[in-house]
Amino acid sequence: MGARIEVENLRIVAGDVGLVHDISFTVEPGQVLALIGESGSGKTTIALALMGYARRGCRIASGRVRVGEVDVLTLAESGKRALRGRKIAYIAQSAAASFNPSRRLLDQVVEPALLHGVLERAAAERKAIALFRELALPDAETIGQRYPHEVSGGQLQRLMAAMALIADPDVVIFDEPTTALDVTTQVEVLAAFRRAMRERGVSAIYVSHDLAVVAQMADSILVLRHGRMRECASTVQILASPADDYTRSLLAASRIGERAPDVSAQPSAMPLLEVTALSAGYGRVRDGKCEHPVLEDVEIQLYAGQAIGVIGESGSGKSTLARCIAGLIAPAAGTIRFGGHPLPATLAQRDRETLRRVQIVFQHADTALNPAHTVAKILERPLAFFHDMDANARRRRVAELLDLVKLPATLAERSCVGLSGGQKQRVNLARALAAQPDLILCDEVTSALDPVVAAAILDLICELRREVKASYLFISHDMHSVRAVCDAIVVMRYGRKLAQIAREDYARGPHHPYYEQLARSVPELRTGWLDEVLAARPAPTGVFVP
Amino acid sequence: MNASVPARSASAASARRRSGVFGLGVPGTLGLLVILAWLLVALAAPSWISAGAQDIGGLPVFAPAQIGHWLGADYLGRDMLARVLLGARYTVVVALVAAVGASAVGTGFALLAAVSGGWLDTVLSRGMDTLISIPSKLFALIMVAAFGTSVPLLVTTAAVIYVPGAYRIARALAVNVAALDYVVVARTRGESRWYLMLHEVLPNIAAPMLVDLGLRFVYVVLLLASLSFLGLGVQPPAADWGTLVRENLGALWEGGLAVVAPALAIATLTMAVNLVVDALPGRDARKAVR
Repeated sequence: MGARIEVENLRIVAGDVGLVHDISFTVEPGQVLALIGESGSGKTTIALALMGYARRGCRIASGRVRVGEVDVLTLAESGKRALRGRKIAYIAQSAAASFNPSRRLLDQVVEPALLHGVLERAAAERKAIALFRELALPDAETIGQRYPHEVSGGQLQRLMAAMALIADPDVVIFDEPTTALDVTTQVEVLAAFRRAMRERGVSAIYVSHDLAVVAQMADSILVLRHGRMRECASTVQILASPADDYTRSLLAASRIGERAPDVSAQPSAMPLLEVTALSAGYGRVRDGKCEHPVLEDVEIQLYAGQAIGVIGESGSGKSTLARCIAGLIAPAAGTIRFGGHPLPATLAQRDRETLRRVQIVFQHADTALNPAHTVAKILERPLAFFHDMDANARRRRVAELLDLVKLPATLAERSCVGLSGGQKQRVNLARALAAQPDLILCDEVTSALDPVVAAAILDLICELRREVKASYLFISHDMHSVRAVCDAIVVMRYGRKLAQIAREDYARGPHHPYYEQLARSVPELRTGWLDEVLAARPAPTGVFVP
Repeated sequence: MNASVPARSASAASARRRSGVFGLGVPGTLGLLVILAWLLVALAAPSWISAGAQDIGGLPVFAPAQIGHWLGADYLGRDMLARVLLGARYTVVVALVAAVGASAVGTGFALLAAVSGGWLDTVLSRGMDTLISIPSKLFALIMVAAFGTSVPLLVTTAAVIYVPGAYRIARALAVNVAALDYVVVARTRGESRWYLMLHEVLPNIAAPMLVDLGLRFVYVVLLLASLSFLGLGVQPPAADWGTLVRENLGALWEGGLAVVAPALAIATLTMAVNLVVDALPGRDARKAVR
């Protein structure tokens, strides 16, 4: 049964820096409270403190945490250990990193029950199998005999939930459990989680940065920023009438409207980029077919000034498409024509002018910027390399570029190490713009960012579309962001292009069933969305034969 | 909080970096001064020290410290101070040049292998594996047998022996860096191999390679000492510090300065090298990332 959670004046510090300031909240038995905020807001730190745990270098300075009848923070280490996994269970964001890759799943799932002496091994295994069935895992009897790499990400996340629930905890902490999953998988996992929670009546803390997901799962929401509580109210109230400015900005960021850049692509007779019957993959190539194909028979036409979104789940081949166009992967078959001329397959065969005209922007700005260089050096290199500018001209152009991506000019002399995620992504875009390309390949540029920051980057891209003459291939798994900036959407699955839908037709259906499924799976910012999706669904889901 | 913490540590780091010479901070500056002092000794000692100081039997064997002979005498009654100062030439110059040479060559090949990949990487790596499989003493023996003993040969031999070790560490580091997105972006820009090696990869593996250099320097000092023991190193009556420690081991029982002094000289030099390496700028910035 669920326990009451009471947190009073919790304060957590790292050295002499405060991470979490005076947080107080109460969760009634059987209720779900969501902790929401951007990265660094202290939400995971608070969730871990409920188990009396502080990460290395952090310390719980003061405050009180009561779970049921237990005062967690005053317990000795042995007492806390008895609590963890038994009374309070934790489900981490990356299930793949939380399972031991060299042990069978069942052995790991029953571990909490054996460790705390709750059940005998045989009984624990029976219970685990019952849980697998309850969480809608396929082959419940035998899935436990597999190793972590033999099941999918969504299944692994549910197996982790089974591990958390096996000792019948009173409280479950979900730490961004679906952030790493594709939208269609996310729906399944959320549904499984919610059913299991409701049947047991356990109390839960749900940590997330996604308001739309939280709206489906939580009874009340606590909004955090910089370790301080901004607002705490019921989910309905937060969504309908937020009291705090920051909450309002979070809501606005989650309700990404179509930014509709009014640049209508000047329809020219010849497409800028024409991909015909493109196949690519890994392994040996035989008669134009790869041993392990990733892309098959993909066709795309992109006109100058146009932005096309490529959407698909992980493994759909969308990044491989971008890499083929960029010259990083040689296609096995098919042609890529750029500006009327065939694009050579590999980088070494392309001349400097061709390289300049196609620029790629990667997802993780952390790894896309050289930590040893300053912002100015990063931006000046393409200027010197492609445009042979002298030092003065470069300096002026760097200032212009920083202005274009809305960064202060003073940033130029800073190393890119100290920049925030959003600032890094702007520098990343500015570097691509420095080359004055005709085509910019954006590979999941907003996926690693917080919603508010991601919304700002999308705004920037829309503005750039107006100000800079370039075409975009915008790759993403996020339907919202693709719809926000693109003139057309290409839907990919299993390495094939399924459909292409123009902006004018977004609302007009019916479209390809897989596109419809994807669109339906994007959580909406209202309570009850998940119930509607589950109710409206035809019986066996997720099965689609191309 | 996310924005303020790195800003704080960055400003603290830059404040720390501003102190001392070349922004090395107090310990780093101290280390640099010690290295420079020993280099000066290495270069100037031959002109300071009179020829008579090296005469055998000028003093009693293992004579204690006395006025005019501040470190006493060695096992043949020679002035120990003169021996240590003259030995600096071999240890500082030979070991430093060999260690720097080994690290530079190893890192250079590693960068080439990591950035190029493919057959060049395979050829270089297997070549280095072959070299590393030859026992170092045996290799030195062959070199001496073939070319005779001389200081340039010692430097070359020591450098060649430690190139594969430096190569393996540098390649392991460089392969990880070369797979990162910023290197891929530079590749799609059409940058030359040279630019990728020197500007994109090298700055990001320099700090650990310098630490490795400090370690390798100590190894070279030890190698020189053991080569001298076999009679293959610096030829008597000249002696490097390692040789001085070995030939005066007899004084160890009485705690004689003859064995302590060269040992201390080795210790000060290796510590100084490591202090400088640890204080090099860029380390704070890299720590802040993690």
